[in-house]
Parts: sequence; C-alpha cells; structure tokens
Amino acid sequence: MSKERKIKILVCKPGLDGHDRGAKVLARALRDAGMEVIYTGIHQTPEDIVNTVIQEDPDAVMLSILSGSHNALCPVIMDKLKEHDIDDVLVAVGGIIPDEDKPLLEKHGLKGFYGPGTELKTIVEFVKNNLKR
Amino acid sequence: MDYSGLIEKLLDGNTRAAARLITLVENNIDVAEKIINSIYKNTGNAYILGITGAPGTGKSTFISTLIKIFIDQGKKIGIICVDPTSPLTGGALLGDRIRMKEHFSLENVFIRSMANRGQLGGLARATDDTIKILDAYGCDIIIVETVGVGQSDVDIFKSAHTVVVLLVPGLGDDIQAIKAGIMEITDVFVVNKMDLDGADRKVADIMQMIELNETYKYDSEKIPIDFAKMKDWTPEIIKVNSRTGENFDILLDKISKHKEFLEKTGVISNYLKNRIKTETLQILKHKLTKKIEELLNSNEVIEEYINEVIEKSLDPYSMANLIIKMLENKF
Repeated sequence: MSKERKIKILVCKPGLDGHDRGAKVLARALRDAGMEVIYTGIHQTPEDIVNTVIQEDPDAVMLSILSGSHNALCPVIMDKLKEHDIDDVLVAVGGIIPDEDKPLLEKHGLKGFYGPGTELKTIVEFVKNNLKR
Repeated sequence: MDYSGLIEKLLDGNTRAAARLITLVENNIDVAEKIINSIYKNTGNAYILGITGAPGTGKSTFISTLIKIFIDQGKKIGIICVDPTSPLTGGALLGDRIRMKEHFSLENVFIRSMANRGQLGGLARATDDTIKILDAYGCDIIIVETVGVGQSDVDIFKSAHTVVVLLVPGLGDDIQAIKAGIMEITDVFVVNKMDLDGADRKVADIMQMIELNETYKYDSEKIPIDFAKMKDWTPEIIKVNSRTGENFDILLDKISKHKEFLEKTGVISNYLKNRIKTETLQILKHKLTKKIEELLNSNEVIEEYINEVIEKSLDPYSMANLIIKMLENKF
C-alpha cells in the first residue's frame, strides 16, 4: 500500500456504562500516535458496534467497559462480527477486566485487557503490533 | 488485489463491499482510479446535499434529524462526515457519529467518517470518489458534512447539488453576513438552534444580505464559469430546531425548490460540466505534481539548475520554466 495508508481505530463504549473518560483519553492518545480514531460515544449495543465496524472498515476495535458486563457483551459482539465474516479486525477490550475473566474472553478472540494505570504508549504499541492487516 | 469481486458486490448493494472500496480509495489514488473507472457508468443517480458551517453550529445533529425524515420517505441515504487531520501527527479524531446515535438500520443508512488528511477546502481528497461509490451502492441521497469550516472553505459547492449552510444566533454580526466566501456559495441558509435568543436577528441579517444581492445582481459576464449556478437563484432562508425537528418540513420544501430550479432552468447541466472540469483539474494537478516531484528528485540536470540558483545565475521562476520545457519534451 502507499504511504497514505493510515491505521483506523474504532473506540466504543458498549452497554449501559457512561464512564467514558478512559475511552476519550485513549482516543486522544491514538490520535496523537498518528491514527484516525472514530469515537462512537456511550451506550452502544453490540448491533450498533458491528454496524459501525461494517461501515467504517477499521483496522481495530477498542472496547472500553467498566461496568462489569464484559462477559455478557464481548462474546455477542464477536459472534455478530463472525456472522458478517469479519475476521481481519483486531478486537481489544479494556477497562475493569478481572484476571479470572480473561480466559473466556480470550477464547472468543479478544485481546488487550489493559486496566487503569496502563501507560498510554503501551496500548499504542499493542495496537501497532497486533493488527491483522 | 482483486477489486472486481468487490465491485460486483457493491453494485448488488453489499454494504461491506462499499466500505472496503472506500478504504481502498482513501488509501491509494492509483487503486481509486481503477475502481472509479469500473463503477463510473453506474453513478449519477443520487442527489448530493452539502452541509457546511462553523464548528459547533450543529451540523451532525441537524443531519441526524434529516436522516430520520428521509428514512420515513423510504429513501436510502449515504452520509460522509469529514473531520480535520492533525497537521502535527497525521492523526485524527472523528466524532460526528456521536450525534448520529439513533439506531439506524444497515439497510437504508450508511454513515462513513473521513479525515481530510491535510486537504484544504473542507473536504478530503477521497470525498468525491466516495460519493461515487455510495451512488453506485444505490443511495438516493448523499449528505456530505464538511469539516467545521472557516469563511473560505468552499469546495463543497463544487461537489454538491444543493449547499446548506448552518448558522447559529449569537455568532457574528451583520458584517459577517456581507463578507465574501462561504456566504456566497449558499443555496439554503439555515439558522439552527432557533430557540436561542437572537435567532430572528440572525435571519434579518441574512435577509438583508440577500436583498442586497437582489438589487445589485452580479454582472454575469464577470462571474467565473464555475460560479454560474449562483445566478438566477435567490438563496432561501429558514430557522430550525434540530433537536425537536421544528420547521424541517419547510426546510425540505426549500431544498426541493432548489432541486426543481436546477432541473427546470438547465443549470444542472452547467453544474455537471463544471464539476467534471474541476474534478479533472484536481486529478491532473495530483498526477502532474507526482511526475514533477519524481523528476526533481532524480534528474542530474536539475541538480545543476539548483546550484545555479544558489549562485544567483538563475532564479526560481526561470528554473521552473526550464523544467516545464523538460516535461514538454517528455510528453
């Protein structure tokens, strides 16, 4: 691809979780790392998120969840992506994700799991190194 | 890479194919050329509505309300939202979707965010090509939201059939209304947030400006050809509330009135000719610039010219003329 190729990221807040300071800080950090970041805003249903992925065609989807509903929401999002044959998009989740929940989420293909206190450059590097296309 | 599969799917109305083709067009102009080449004959059916205005005038919320109305009319709608790219890092934060959070279904609404990637004028390099992709995808109406523009980002009037400019009460006085630039390319003025104080004053300021245009019509001989659609049309003005949808019925009448005007007077064919001309000029500029850059970076003779300019035996204008001669020999 030519030098115009840009990394495009979707930052989402799934479910009934209004705490989006972290998502906004992350969006800003990825922007400053030279990426094109779409922030969807809060209260997104899995269907909204998958529709947005289809239309925006991002390289990565970053889900920010602090409400504890990650085990309910993330697998649904992954299943819906699969329904649409979307398998070349990195999907990461972060926020408050207890260690014991990681195996289940990993089984569904999610990555990341960064929580409070993570340095922003760690996440930027993670994104750059884990893109699927 | 194989685009023909994607293009076939696009013409079938496949949403993912449309999205992927837009990405390709954004990332690589040579690929864009091939894609547009194969879909061009399937374009020209959509009505293109340009929405522009200063940052914070409510463009995204306004569009969200428009989408709802067009859905009720059974239309398929494409939306392109352009936001600025950082000149420092090349990154961008695209936030227009936040205001369009209604649960629009995938079948009749396609929203795409786009960074302008440093292009001035309020649009991105790929915007015109994306319009064509959404047109071939089957959209009846394509709404283009420009970057929150300043006073002279007027490129949208070359891409859109009807240009709607959003204004809000309390921002600028009657002098702003008679400045050149964006106020001159408007087909329909919308004073948004009509519930705020000063909405009627804003409407009056603009009316005064329009009336002035009436009594002092442009000397049509002097207007450059690409502005030709301006004459004979008196801009409409309406105040609305995008949150409640108040006055949107009147607004839509005014947009239809402009559409009818374009068709009845034949201005539309004029507009088409101009659009093709400016678009081709853009493509030529891009291609020629690339050629010239290649030449500048690889040619020994040019190194000599540069040295001569340093020694003051040549000046940059004369050097440019010499390079044009070199190019002419190549063609």
